[in-house]
Amino acid sequence: MNIIVCIKQVPDTTDVKIDPKTGTLIRDGVPSIVNPDDKHAVEEALRLKEKFGGKVTALCMGPPQADDALREVSAMGVDDLILLSDRAFAGADTWATSYALGMAIGKIEYDLVICGREAIDGDTAQIGPQLAGCLDIPQITYVKNVEMGDGKILCERALEDGYEKIEASLPALITVISDLNKPRYPSVGGIVEAYREKEVKVWNAEFIGADQELLGLKGSPTEVRKTFAPEPKGDGEILQGSTDEMAKQLVTKLVDKNILR
Amino acid sequence: MEFGLNKEQEMMRNTIREFALNEIEPIAAEIDENATFPVDTVKKLGELGFMGMTVAKEYGGAGMDDVSYAIAVEEISRVCASHGVTVSVNNSLVCWPINKYGTEEQKQKYLIPLARGQKLGCFGLTEPNAGTDASGQATIAEKKGDKWVINGSKIFITNGANADVAVIFAMTDKSKGTRGISAFIIENTFPGFSLGTIEKKMGIRGSCTAELVFENMEVPEENMLGKEGRGFGIAMSTLDGGRIGIAAQALGIAQAAMDASVQYAKEREQFRKPLAKFQAIQWFLADMATEIDAARMLVYKAAFDKWQKKPYTVSAAMAKLFASDICMNATRNAIQIHGGYGYIKDYAVERFYRDAKITEIYEGTSEVQKMVISGALLK
Repeated sequence: MNIIVCIKQVPDTTDVKIDPKTGTLIRDGVPSIVNPDDKHAVEEALRLKEKFGGKVTALCMGPPQADDALREVSAMGVDDLILLSDRAFAGADTWATSYALGMAIGKIEYDLVICGREAIDGDTAQIGPQLAGCLDIPQITYVKNVEMGDGKILCERALEDGYEKIEASLPALITVISDLNKPRYPSVGGIVEAYREKEVKVWNAEFIGADQELLGLKGSPTEVRKTFAPEPKGDGEILQGSTDEMAKQLVTKLVDKNILR
Repeated sequence: MEFGLNKEQEMMRNTIREFALNEIEPIAAEIDENATFPVDTVKKLGELGFMGMTVAKEYGGAGMDDVSYAIAVEEISRVCASHGVTVSVNNSLVCWPINKYGTEEQKQKYLIPLARGQKLGCFGLTEPNAGTDASGQATIAEKKGDKWVINGSKIFITNGANADVAVIFAMTDKSKGTRGISAFIIENTFPGFSLGTIEKKMGIRGSCTAELVFENMEVPEENMLGKEGRGFGIAMSTLDGGRIGIAAQALGIAQAAMDASVQYAKEREQFRKPLAKFQAIQWFLADMATEIDAARMLVYKAAFDKWQKKPYTVSAAMAKLFASDICMNATRNAIQIHGGYGYIKDYAVERFYRDAKITEIYEGTSEVQKMVISGALLK
């Protein structure tokens, strides 16, 4: 069972501030982390490897400093680390990114690709589905439980009001949600190994045989018109009075807002 | 000159900080209140490699550097000093001397499971009448055939009741004074071993402090650690490293006290403004921050010296002396900032204050650290 996990290095948005003038993230001094959903993807890959054997490869597209994200998942137990890094990838939207990831994955033997549901910096949840399209393999999104056997994968796919069970033949791609598992912590030995023994292979556009026209800004159909920070929510309102009075006021307000009918 | 951490150390700090916040902090107040040893989290720390961090990979450790080890104890102690000392003792006082002085057989048998966290260790030097004057050992070991028969007791032993393995010290030749002290590795299953009093403590109540009692305890001769008569030197060199762990513990507690104080000063209002707007409070915080930063440099410097195989007896003594002292300041003033709320158990600073005091006492009192530091100046 060879599993590829796609990970992204993102700014820790619990810490992030937005420049009110440009509407973009202020990245200075903001620590970078492995995208939280991607850690669940890594955890599931490691569990499947522990059960069925094989190898887990982490693939990350990003600037050279994304090396740290790969070493972190290495410390969790990932075997092979590939950084997709090239100036030609700069400015890629999710479409161009999916294309580049797909071309890279084309160079690896695999049975399963696992992606996190979405990245906390973009919140699009588009990479997984588009990547499955590029690879022309079945996809199951929002996975909250995984079973495997006989060259098939059987997943529970979370819906708003329940879940559906979907089976797919391998190779396949799944995107996972945080309910799926609890990611393990990197181990001390894993951290030492990640920095002293592991190699991060850096692949560029030429190596993956990508068409330059389909990469980066050139290959991105998305055009960003405007970015802005959402208006901060106003201060909460504190109700006054006895419990009964406050309950009445609360009901009135909820009815006014059409939350209660 | 370089003050930053390397990438490995940074990842280590992030990892242990996350573990401490998610796994340890939620139980810290409870294990303090009930004085229960946190078996599960200690086991998890072992599985992740935190119980034998600097031991080489071939002996079950991670081969990590000593600065990373100090950072780990600091971060753990920042949420729970009881966990901090449990980890420190196993790393510094048990794994380290076996790694340094043990035979290959001893390392295979004891170091590997200790470093992997499969077994827990403790260190037995202190006796009822041999505290700061550790040379006054009343525990006697007599050779009988291919065994040592040991009689005596050890008190105030951290991890005592939960440890599977102990490094202990006993007189093998009373006529030779400190040169008649030898070290042994014992197991809690050896015939003649038993537990005595479990201490009820003021602080670090989640760590177990017990008396070890030896009544005609039979110890195989191959369990002597180091050469006969070298035990005192082994104990002293072990404590040099232990002091880095305790200094890191004190640093972590102090940092926690400051973090809690900053948060409280921003939230609590008196005279219609936050405490943080009062200069009296600002000055407390400024002193805390400055002292904590100075302590951190001493602690990391001592750990760095050990890592770089430079002499570290004095730097470790300075780190422990200073860090434990400023830990007392920070925790005391944290309570002052919290006022009455700091005196009740609803706020963690109450625990920090009780936990802080021991760092001035164990693994060499502050007065002993001053003896070590001045002794090096005046020799």
